[in-house]
Amino acid sequence: MGVIEVSGLVKRYGDLEAVHGIDLVVEPGEVFGFLGPNGAGKTTTISILCTLLRPTAGEARVAGIDVAHDPAAVRSRIGLVFQDPSLDDQLTARENLELHGRIYGVPGPLRRQRVDELLQVVELADRANSLVKTFSGGMKRRLEIARGVLHHPQVLFLDEPTLGLDPQTRKHIWDYLQELRRSEGVTLFMTTHYMDEAEFCDRIAIIDRGTIVALGTPAELKSRIGGDVITLTVADVPTAAKEIAERFGIAPLAANGTLRIEVPDGASFLPRLVRELPMRIDSVALSRPSLDDVFLKLTGHAIRSEGASDKDMLRNMGRMWRGGRR
Amino acid sequence: MTTAAQRSSAIASPARRSGGGLLGAIYIVWWRDVLRYWRDRARVGASLAQPLLYLVIFGTGLASSLGGGFGASAGAAGISYIQFIYPGVISMSVLFTAIFGAMSIVWDREFGFMRELLVAPIDRSAIAIGKTLGGATQAMIQGLILLVLAPFVGVYLDPLVLLELVVLVFVLAFGLSALGVALASGMRSMQGFQMVMNFLMMPMFFLSGALFPLVGLPGWMTVLTRLDPASYGIDPIRRVLLGSSGIPVDRFALTLFDRTLAIPVEATIVIAFGLVMLAIAVRSFQRRD
Ligand SMILES: Nc1ncnc2c1ncn2[C@@H]1O[C@H](COP(=O)(O)OP(=O)(O)OP(=O)(O)O)[C@@H](O)[C@H]1O
Ligand SMILES: [Mg+2]
Repeated sequence: MGVIEVSGLVKRYGDLEAVHGIDLVVEPGEVFGFLGPNGAGKTTTISILCTLLRPTAGEARVAGIDVAHDPAAVRSRIGLVFQDPSLDDQLTARENLELHGRIYGVPGPLRRQRVDELLQVVELADRANSLVKTFSGGMKRRLEIARGVLHHPQVLFLDEPTLGLDPQTRKHIWDYLQELRRSEGVTLFMTTHYMDEAEFCDRIAIIDRGTIVALGTPAELKSRIGGDVITLTVADVPTAAKEIAERFGIAPLAANGTLRIEVPDGASFLPRLVRELPMRIDSVALSRPSLDDVFLKLTGHAIRSEGASDKDMLRNMGRMWRGGRR
Repeated sequence: MTTAAQRSSAIASPARRSGGGLLGAIYIVWWRDVLRYWRDRARVGASLAQPLLYLVIFGTGLASSLGGGFGASAGAAGISYIQFIYPGVISMSVLFTAIFGAMSIVWDREFGFMRELLVAPIDRSAIAIGKTLGGATQAMIQGLILLVLAPFVGVYLDPLVLLELVVLVFVLAFGLSALGVALASGMRSMQGFQMVMNFLMMPMFFLSGALFPLVGLPGWMTVLTRLDPASYGIDPIRRVLLGSSGIPVDRFALTLFDRTLAIPVEATIVIAFGLVMLAIAVRSFQRRD
């Protein structure tokens, strides 16, 4: 039995259908990645699984419990790291963890032991008594992750745990997550729109506009692209696309002013392409398929950033407002 | 894996009990608010500037432009305007702290720490109650701090009066904090905040009897002032604070249908109002989108 089981999940906000009928099963101990662009419905799905939102239709069970019927029972069995930090920055790292332990009813002596242990794991023991407002983004994230597993949840949900962090810090966060998965045996369900991160997951669901367009291991997904990927930069993308289609019988994909061509054997095709294409080529690259390529192939568009939504505006406003009040 | 599972089962069962019941959860939410407030002492100091400004500017400016008017109608035994508004300014501090504090919930529940509480296995009513009490505690302290100014306006306090004031200021703080939490709990954007400021908080303040006596007003205004819950909270504070120093304040006492209200009756009205607001807040917190 899966630790998360979702079937036909739909969430509508007024006219907008943010989640479009999602089905998935996550096995215990798995690292499951939910990959999609801004506005794909990742946060909405997580919010439903964590009982913060009610599904419009469909069913979701977490740890065997229906999220719509017994939210309290689900809540005590999960941990959640939100997309935006939800620490209390007027409290110290230790106080934040202590408070969490109290809220989840972890008894005193065990709580203190657990707090110390987790501060060690995320390497914040030396800053345990500093106010969280003095922490860097990466430190806050680590603390939130420690907090998320403090009460030994069966599933830890992480909504974009590495968003806005530099590559080195992102790598670190991943190390902690792998370590926690190993030592705690917790299932990780995480969202991201960094393609490279999805590769750390056991399985990935690619979501676009509220629908899962592909689900499998990173290797399986990549094998959907036949062979190699050639990325071509040219001045006149449409003409080049037409030429390639006519000469080689391949349909290239256009994205961000470049053309991507999938070929079984890139190394031998590349010289032919350069020789036979009757136009100037600005640059050309040959690569193994990445999940970016998979995404582009499945959805017909690159993972993109959309304009700021109302929610983003409120988010920024709140940050400013709170920043000013400090 | 086995060690993890063992440890997990060792604490899993107490964890399921969720935070020591409703009271425990209320206490945690309240405690966190108060601790935060305590940490932010610098802001507490700065937030005293505004009431002080009101006291000095209104107290001095208005008093001199009114001339002896205020005192004269008062007859021989005098009450100066600054004395009159002193309890009003204390109440203003309570009002602003309570409403502003509650409005922070709007942001907090979308992006802040409150989400940590919303996904926790505690009853949502504990969040509403804990927040209301936390806000009320802060507002009460913000009001009571201003009592250090008493000697400067010719008001003298004894321990019994102080105790009465603590109770009355808390009652006002509770009513207003509950109102704020009820409003904030239904709000999903910051836009509503401006509305609350302009159409609720300022009118409530001006109509509450903080700045002028609620006697001999035109009929329509009398009605509005009696609909203002803050009126019933401020009046007893003024009567106790000034009355105990022998300042003749009784003729300014709040009347309802031409009858002066007893202080316990006024306090009961504010508490009842607060409980209704709290009930609304609890319902609204328990609703899931
Ligand atoms: N409370 C809400 N009311 C109305 N629409 C909403 C609400 N929350 C989200 N949406 C919309 O639902 C869609 C999915 O949003 P969601 O936050 O789930 O996306 P996401 O995949 O998490 O995106 P991001 O990568 O930006 O976090 C978006 O179009 C968003 O504007
Ligand atoms: Mg999101």
